[in-house]
Amino acid sequence: MYRYDSYDRALVAERVAQFRDQTRRFLAGELTEDEFRPLRLQNGLYIQRHAPMYRISVPYGLLSSRQLRKLAEITRRYDRGYGHFTTRHNLQINWPRLEDVPDILEELATVEMHSIQTSGNDVRNITTDHLAGVAPDEIVDPRPYAEIVRQWSCFHPEFAYLPRKFKIAFNAAAEDRTVLKLHDIGLELVRNAEGELGFRVHVGGGMGRTPTLAEVVREFLPWREVLTYCESILRVYNRYGRRDNVWKARIKILVKSLGIEEFRRRVEEDWAALRDPASVVTDEELARVAAHFAPPAYEPPSEEDQAFAFAAASDPAFARWVGRNVHAHKRPGYAAVTLSLKRTGVPPGDITSDEMALVADLADRYGFGEVRVSHEQNLVLPDVRERDLHELWQRARAARLATPSVGLIGNIVSCPGGDLCSLANAKTLPIADAIHRRFEDLDYQHDIGELDLNISGCMNSCGHHHVGHIGILGVDKNGSEWYQVTIGGRQGRDSALGHVIGPSFAAAEMPDVVERLIETYLAERLEGERFVDTVDRLGVAPFKERVYGNGRELARAA
Amino acid sequence: MRPERVIRNRRVEIDDWRMLGVGDGDVGPELPAGAVAVPLAVWLARREELLARRDPVGVWLKPDDDPAALAPDLARLPLVAVHFPKFTDGRGYSIASLLRRRYGYAGELRAFGDVGRDQLFYLSRVGFDAFRLADHRDPEAALASFGDFSQRYQASVDEPLPLFRRRAASAEAARG
Repeated sequence: MYRYDSYDRALVAERVAQFRDQTRRFLAGELTEDEFRPLRLQNGLYIQRHAPMYRISVPYGLLSSRQLRKLAEITRRYDRGYGHFTTRHNLQINWPRLEDVPDILEELATVEMHSIQTSGNDVRNITTDHLAGVAPDEIVDPRPYAEIVRQWSCFHPEFAYLPRKFKIAFNAAAEDRTVLKLHDIGLELVRNAEGELGFRVHVGGGMGRTPTLAEVVREFLPWREVLTYCESILRVYNRYGRRDNVWKARIKILVKSLGIEEFRRRVEEDWAALRDPASVVTDEELARVAAHFAPPAYEPPSEEDQAFAFAAASDPAFARWVGRNVHAHKRPGYAAVTLSLKRTGVPPGDITSDEMALVADLADRYGFGEVRVSHEQNLVLPDVRERDLHELWQRARAARLATPSVGLIGNIVSCPGGDLCSLANAKTLPIADAIHRRFEDLDYQHDIGELDLNISGCMNSCGHHHVGHIGILGVDKNGSEWYQVTIGGRQGRDSALGHVIGPSFAAAEMPDVVERLIETYLAERLEGERFVDTVDRLGVAPFKERVYGNGRELARAA
Repeated sequence: MRPERVIRNRRVEIDDWRMLGVGDGDVGPELPAGAVAVPLAVWLARREELLARRDPVGVWLKPDDDPAALAPDLARLPLVAVHFPKFTDGRGYSIASLLRRRYGYAGELRAFGDVGRDQLFYLSRVGFDAFRLADHRDPEAALASFGDFSQRYQASVDEPLPLFRRRAASAEAARG
């Protein structure tokens, strides 16, 4: 993984000193709350319901075991012994003291971590595929490009006070595991007819109140131009994006109002005039950064690797875990493994300090000391020897990290919601928990098959409900909490936004609502159809009819 | 009364410029004596008259003004200023980039309005060289913030080479 050199270290250390002084001036009354707010947000610090909420950056979801141990230590010492992994690969903690945050930043810096631009109206953490570098279906490892753009976006002087937040994602694989089209800029690595590497540049995607799929602003951008072109996109957005209404300030609204043609014309015009030849990435720089992501010392495959197949044959519980949580790897004899953070009674993505330390140990024992955070709020060990899978499974299961539910209804994605977040309109965790309990039976989950269920506590859509096969959105009606349901959304290459099925429901009804949706699917599905395929084929109507019409009436909003 | 102060080239100096027409104030037919800056719209409407004036005249831009409108006149202007109604409105940063990099403006480029010390580092990076802080803020104390960072990842007006080119050059030098 990328290691800091003296320049990176100096910058992060200077950031810590800068924020320490800003915090001091705020506490001394020299900065007003209005003056301090954007500064603390650019360092990942929110003031939340109970305490500050502090968001630590995990660039493109990559952690070393050493970093994870440090996070365990920080959450133990400055928080309540746990943290929450988000849909953007970051770690949130909910109980730090404001005056401790500069010290936390300093601790993070010792393991080359920070919280720079994890909030605020700036370029946020760069994200990519949690299987980057090991996925068999990628054309190239996207992480060096993500790191180059991370450095460029970090402390960018022109783009620190944008109209709104700005999210950039990279994908280089045949399958999209990044929700690419729901990003402000989606950079898709492609080869042109001549075999040259570049980016198909998507722009204007986003969730929120106006969910929008990105459009292609440029079919092929030579990879060396990634910084110069992103700069022009950001300049057009910075100049023309709306600032009068926070709900219309994302780039997606600008792209829609100008139309993609006019938006493209403005970007290309700026690019023609201001494209900076010095900022064209060099082969040497790519090689320098790529060296940090060079493949580890993989061992050649051996006969023993097949042992796991025998274990799977004789142990159905193990086989089920292999089927859901073990992923194909570029190298023969290796696999990537999802350690599930979806446990009944535990909020999705939550992990205790002790579990972080344990996962760090597993990463050292069963890999090269590396852990990934997935946007579905799980952890991934990217380089597990196949022959170690059975042993790893036993250890993970003993630690409750082996729920075999990746891609199933049990793999609920959810933001922290109204229990913790001051932006939320409604609680999400009790809903996630109730649905989790209703569908706890693994046989039933496996019978239902692939189903993404996503929950957000407000329109900010941190739980990605728009792209859930079933999406649940907390809404506020006259001061009480209700839940709006969408179906038919999906992530991936054929990303789509869900359709609202009708009036929203009371919290207590949500397990029944989901159950009725699933009953409809089970009754109607054709051989091999996933829930979302059946929704595609039949439309919303039969689902709606079953939920609202048939049987006991469910409590719903007027 | 204490004289108005401006940070210019990283020193605090007496401010000899007046910004006319800020807020509700109109710019009257008679301009006051001394160095004044007028809004872009006034400049465009009264260009010939203003060019003939003996005392210095500059122009200030609102965040939604297009600096392209000023491009033909930039060589004659001793001062261009950009107003920040709120420090969180970042359009002025792109205006500065355009003035310096696209239109080649070489005179004084000033940020004024809701400007504080925590913005100075980035403002100076995109080409501002003069800063009139909000009146309640102490310009002397703000000077330290120009040194918030010793390194810069990106190329910008203050640093024509991105870090990756400087890294490579210093590695080259180290190899001898």
